[in-house]
Amino acid sequence: MPVEAPPGDAPVGETESEGASEVATPGLERQAERAKARQGFLLGLPTIIYLFIFFIIPLGFVVAYSFATRTRSGRTELRDFNLDAYARLGDDIIMTVAWRSLWMSVVTTIICLILAYPLAYFISTRTPAVRNMMLVGVMIPFWSNFLIRTYAWRVLLDSDGLVTQAFEAIGLGDGRILFTSNAVILGLVYGYLPFMVLPLYAAIERIDWSLVEGARDLYASGWAAFRRVVWPLSRPGVIAGSMLVFVPSFGAYVTPAILGGNKEGLLGSYIVLQFLSARNGPVGSAVSVVVLAVMLISTLIYFRSGGKNL
Amino acid sequence: MSKGVAKSTAEPMGASRWLLRGHSAAVFAFFYAPIIVLCVFSFNDSNAVGNWNGFTLDWYGDLFSNKNIKSSIWVSVKVCVFSTLIAVVLGTAAALALERFRWWGQKAFDAVLYLPIIIPDVTMAVMMLVFFSETASWFNWIPGLNLQDGLEKLVFSHVAFNISFVSVVVRARLANLDASMEEAASDLYANRWQTFRRVTLPQIMPGVIGGALMAVTISLDDVVVSSFVSAVGGTPLSVYVFGMLRKGVTPLVNSVSVVMLAASMAFVVASLLISRASGSESEER
Amino acid sequence: MNETTNGMRPAVELAGVVKRFGDRSGTEVTAVDHVDLTITDGEFFSLLGPSGCGKTTTLRMVAGLELPTAGSIRIHGEEMGLRPPNKRPVNTVFQSYALFPHMTVAANVGFGLEMRKVPQSERRELVDWAIELVEMGSMAHRKPTQLSGGQQQRVALARALVNRPEVLLLDEPLGALDLKLRHQMQHELKNLQREVGITFVYVTHDQEEAVTMSDRIGVMHDGKLLQVDTPEAIYERPTTRFVADFIGQTNFLEATVAGADEVVLANGDRLRLASDHDAGSAVAVTVRPERLTVHRRGEAPTDRHTVDGRVETVTYLGNAVIYGIGVDWMHLEVRCPATLAGDRREVGDDITVSFEPEHAAVVTG
Repeated sequence: MPVEAPPGDAPVGETESEGASEVATPGLERQAERAKARQGFLLGLPTIIYLFIFFIIPLGFVVAYSFATRTRSGRTELRDFNLDAYARLGDDIIMTVAWRSLWMSVVTTIICLILAYPLAYFISTRTPAVRNMMLVGVMIPFWSNFLIRTYAWRVLLDSDGLVTQAFEAIGLGDGRILFTSNAVILGLVYGYLPFMVLPLYAAIERIDWSLVEGARDLYASGWAAFRRVVWPLSRPGVIAGSMLVFVPSFGAYVTPAILGGNKEGLLGSYIVLQFLSARNGPVGSAVSVVVLAVMLISTLIYFRSGGKNL
Repeated sequence: MSKGVAKSTAEPMGASRWLLRGHSAAVFAFFYAPIIVLCVFSFNDSNAVGNWNGFTLDWYGDLFSNKNIKSSIWVSVKVCVFSTLIAVVLGTAAALALERFRWWGQKAFDAVLYLPIIIPDVTMAVMMLVFFSETASWFNWIPGLNLQDGLEKLVFSHVAFNISFVSVVVRARLANLDASMEEAASDLYANRWQTFRRVTLPQIMPGVIGGALMAVTISLDDVVVSSFVSAVGGTPLSVYVFGMLRKGVTPLVNSVSVVMLAASMAFVVASLLISRASGSESEER
Repeated sequence: MNETTNGMRPAVELAGVVKRFGDRSGTEVTAVDHVDLTITDGEFFSLLGPSGCGKTTTLRMVAGLELPTAGSIRIHGEEMGLRPPNKRPVNTVFQSYALFPHMTVAANVGFGLEMRKVPQSERRELVDWAIELVEMGSMAHRKPTQLSGGQQQRVALARALVNRPEVLLLDEPLGALDLKLRHQMQHELKNLQREVGITFVYVTHDQEEAVTMSDRIGVMHDGKLLQVDTPEAIYERPTTRFVADFIGQTNFLEATVAGADEVVLANGDRLRLASDHDAGSAVAVTVRPERLTVHRRGEAPTDRHTVDGRVETVTYLGNAVIYGIGVDWMHLEVRCPATLAGDRREVGDDITVSFEPEHAAVVTG
């Protein structure tokens, strides 16, 4: 069979070589690797610089502020560094607010877990098409404006709001729960519930169901199979979801501001107060640092317990 | 659940079955009821929110003729567009640098990149407030940049937390790419830039767009950071609405809320459609 | 210095090529250990070996996808050094095909030409030629995700060939295909190579594949290149135990070298077999099962070397019979063409196995 030459002859690439055409040695190999590493570093450099200027330095300032001095007029001056602000952390007011925040975020997390787990389980028993629809259904509120979703509860809980009226109709007495800690918890649960549903669903969906069938085959009742097989296997999802609910709840500001009024101050509101009205930079910064530390520790615990990337 | 398993074995039997279904329905109702009520009452011809008084579009009319609201929308859009553009470029570059290269300090950078995601907004707000009040004068030598009270403050703050979100999404997409595709491009005479532009970028585009949409949503949603870093140039919509809300419930707030909600839902649907379309297209064999 | 065959410089020359991988913790792996190799222009050369032997790493170093730790790699006499892949006159067909999913078949095939700024009209002609060459003409406008595995493989081939590289590198391209398709593609690849006349360097772990397609084979193990020869030489005259064992089936008889053309088997028998090894070195004599013949005890011809034994197993394969023979100091496998049941030996029979010394080879290792 005659060999068909390709029409025309394609020119071979540039003959001048950019890379050295020397025989390889370990030294040269290392040099080439270093050149590649440098390229990677340069690619990331703009972002590194940006975050350094607009994140690390601001963080540094806040930490510095927490050790700084507050003048009589309320200005913060970076001199005479001291631990006064941190000493103030032991004050009754702050401790009360801190415990209240802790308690509320824990309650919120638990309620979210109780509400989300059966839902996540139910979704994973559906067919793929229905499953996707339901997940989209969970994600739409999740992505919608947080502020507005919280406001919607304000509407419902208002003095003549629907929920208030409903409560009174049922006879649960005075339905006015707005501006109480219950309203804040309700708002937090509402805001962060999707954060619990999605990781839970991901973990439950991954469970190999033949393990449960095996348990049933070995005479386990439905409840026992759940307790001994499904629950332990879904734990990574429980931990992930709990972190995703606890961390933002602890530092929440918007929800208590809208639903809690000024009576139920949480750490978030307290920090804002220090900066805007009380004009006490050091104390506000110190509390912020503490809140950040709590977050970091929680996240570290999460990763240490084998959690994967967010 | 492992594929092909009959639903009947996974679902509990008897009373638990209906309990489970009821619970799930209740949770979904919980999710959507407040939103639906809000929408309904935005058409309510009454100042109160408890009783239905008749259908009206007055509140929407008020909304569209309100100068303050219109200017805040404009501010929000400006801040959002600029900060998203910058965040997408920086976030994508960071994702590439972390996934495709190995260099000293990489792990530390990776960790720092996670911080803006987990940091509470209050802390972030405090950080940016303090930063700008202390350093605005440092940047005065750059012409056209007003960090004392310009919108630039908002843009830079938003970029600071959005870079991380964008890079997480793009990295996830990058990690799933077959690395030998880029090797093939190089084997076929493409240099680094050509490989990126013709092979890598088209593949990660759904991730880049997803990250961009995420950045847009977060930027528009942001309340705390934006209210701390207040600019004389104007308030973003979310901050303005927040101010309105604290004063009390009015029907005007309701109509603004519904419009904002509709906009963000539209974004969600759009991004879901985009990811579905591109997902099926570039499905690996 | 450069060998010249037919006046052409060798397509690929590797001299003292080493590749070491190390991580921060200090553990180092030598993937390729001082490989010297010369591949003639226009030949179909296969690198054969088990997983982890270094054959893919060697191929990638020729492509420029990895840089050697030490040694020289020359393509048609030109030193490649540390040149990146996009500056080398070679193209690769990847194991996973690595087709660009967002481009059509035609765009994929034309990619290399585009990068080299070949004018569009010329590009179109070349792309058409390459697509026709692999018989994918009707699929030019499809996307890779719409193609089957075999079709994707052809597109990958076209994409590489259209650039008329000096050497074409193939990294186990048929691994993902089912058996029948694989056999068909083996024939097509062989014919294609003859047609275009480009030097092919083919990496595989499948010895049958290598033997079917190659002009010469290089067997690798643990980073070392053990033997480079034609398929027949590798099969009939292996030089190491590993090579003898890796290709096909074989028997080993332990022995010691007695002189330049004599070895002593472990049972004391002397055998006339030439070898290059020093007297006294421990070696093995290897004979392929089909080169052994089974006779009734005492009926073996005298001009062949004989070993007495007893039949332990008889396996009927349809077109052949395999006898497992127990000899007091080891076990032999004999492959005979199928005989009618009456002629066959049975388990427990005392027999004599014979072979001609020229069908045996001396191996070390």
